[in-house]
Amino acid sequence: MSTQPDLNLDYVANLARLALTEEEKREFARQLGDILHYVEKLRQVDVTGVEPMAHASPVFNVWAADVAGPGLSVEAALRNAPARRDDTIVVPKVVE
Amino acid sequence: MADEIIHQPAARLAALLAAGKLSSLELVQACLARKRAVDDRVQAFNSCDEAAALAAAQASDARRAAGQARGPLDGIPVGLKDAIAVEGQPLTCSSRMLANFVSPYDATVTQKLKAAGAIPLGRLNMDEFAMGSSTENSAFRPTANPWDLTRVPGGSSGGSAAAVAAGELPLTLGSDTGGSIRQPAALCGIVGLKPTYGLVSRYGLAAYASSLDQIGPLARTVEDAALLLGVIAGHDPRDSTSFQAEVPDYRAGLAARKGPWRLGVPKEFFGAGLDPEVSAAAKRALEFYRQHGCEIREVSLPLAAEYAIATYYLIATAEASSNLARYDGIRYGHRSAAAKDAIDIYTRSRAEGFGSEVKRRIILGTHVLSSGYYDAYYLRAQKVRTLIRNEFAAVLRDCDALLSPTSPVPAFKLGEKSADPLAMYLTDIYTISVNLAGLPGISIPCGFTGGGLPIGLQLIGRPFDEAGLLAIAHAYEQAHEWSQRHPAL
Repeated sequence: MSTQPDLNLDYVANLARLALTEEEKREFARQLGDILHYVEKLRQVDVTGVEPMAHASPVFNVWAADVAGPGLSVEAALRNAPARRDDTIVVPKVVE
Repeated sequence: MADEIIHQPAARLAALLAAGKLSSLELVQACLARKRAVDDRVQAFNSCDEAAALAAAQASDARRAAGQARGPLDGIPVGLKDAIAVEGQPLTCSSRMLANFVSPYDATVTQKLKAAGAIPLGRLNMDEFAMGSSTENSAFRPTANPWDLTRVPGGSSGGSAAAVAAGELPLTLGSDTGGSIRQPAALCGIVGLKPTYGLVSRYGLAAYASSLDQIGPLARTVEDAALLLGVIAGHDPRDSTSFQAEVPDYRAGLAARKGPWRLGVPKEFFGAGLDPEVSAAAKRALEFYRQHGCEIREVSLPLAAEYAIATYYLIATAEASSNLARYDGIRYGHRSAAAKDAIDIYTRSRAEGFGSEVKRRIILGTHVLSSGYYDAYYLRAQKVRTLIRNEFAAVLRDCDALLSPTSPVPAFKLGEKSADPLAMYLTDIYTISVNLAGLPGISIPCGFTGGGLPIGLQLIGRPFDEAGLLAIAHAYEQAHEWSQRHPAL
């Protein structure tokens, strides 16, 4: 954690696949700068030898039997598609 | 009839149904009439399938007439936060991204409600994708606090809390990631319970931060919360974090489990930033328990008090950035009409579909997970989380529950904090560490400010000891009349 929070908004927005307006970039740079400055306080905590915690449930390695069960019908699965033709979802051409 | 039943607890309504003095159809009609009378001001509902609810009410009445009523919630309407799936109903998460989405299946909690004969009624407003503490982040419209329509109901389950307080619904479900059930319950003067992480299945709940999210009841009384929890709790193989916990009869446990209890008071939760009227009300509740023979111990949670919010906003945003990657404009959700190629679909659909707070959290979460920052931010937060959990476990070894205010302030004005995300985040200071530790927490009414705004008391319990937590809350509630006051609407 650097003392001067450095957030490259264009780089991160591209990773997040999120188009930001210039106004959003200015606003987010200021607000996220405040938040990153605030979370710097975690540097004060001694975490030497502490195991990270992914969640609080006392269950680990949950296995499911590989058994076919009922799923959504094609109609139900496609009901919310933004664009569809026959039994497929329509998207722009991605390969020239 | 309608005026007499709109503020009745669900347990009382269930008794009227069982005695044949009220039909489910009359009850649902009364709720719908109340909604028509007040919801243009409260704005708790995003949508409501009245025909489906009326049909389900008639089916419930027919079951009862045939001697086949399914239990205490048969015929009782239950509202759902608009993030919990009901087959064939809209599920918007109060986002433009899902404005036209219709659920293809039922959430596990919805299935359980239906199996118990309860009637899913209404899709309730929320902060977009559950990100917020005031319900002002709804893409559609803010919900108002029924006690003062110029103030927020809290959030993110603000619609679920306001609908109960306003007499529109006897019971609702919300979800709580950092306080999103307890804080709106406190600000609206009702009961809200966040169960232990793993007790209630999240299958069919739109995910925000998966290691923290938990579904729970909002209700007029502790007994009602116990009834609803008993219906929705239990192991579900479709949620791999769900725990094989025994589900006791929580309502029977209210009377069976008597004190005196050992209650811990985290001294840091009564420190700077706490509203004096809220502090005084919580301390009066503490005195009540002391006078009833409880042993009150001052305890210390220095890490939770100082570092929980920072830890939460790293972990929750990281998980959110991953969970919300699914909204890509391809298979469902908003797709930009201006998109020309595949990358364009993603970036423009997400830019058009998400509101500011969601974008802010996705950006922050993506940053803290990105190469070069992961260890310093995300991994460090996960380690601090372990220390916070251990801190709670240590104090709960000698205490049956911990007691604190739910929110440091009563309901604030609409617009008061919406321009300052960090100030909004700080309103969750007493609730957020409970999610990090995975513990159960309940908010119950403990008084009103001089200006007539409700104040909430938070009780925090041991993992999977909801029965004990509810009994402690019930003992206080039985000796006070806060839940019998209703807002003038």
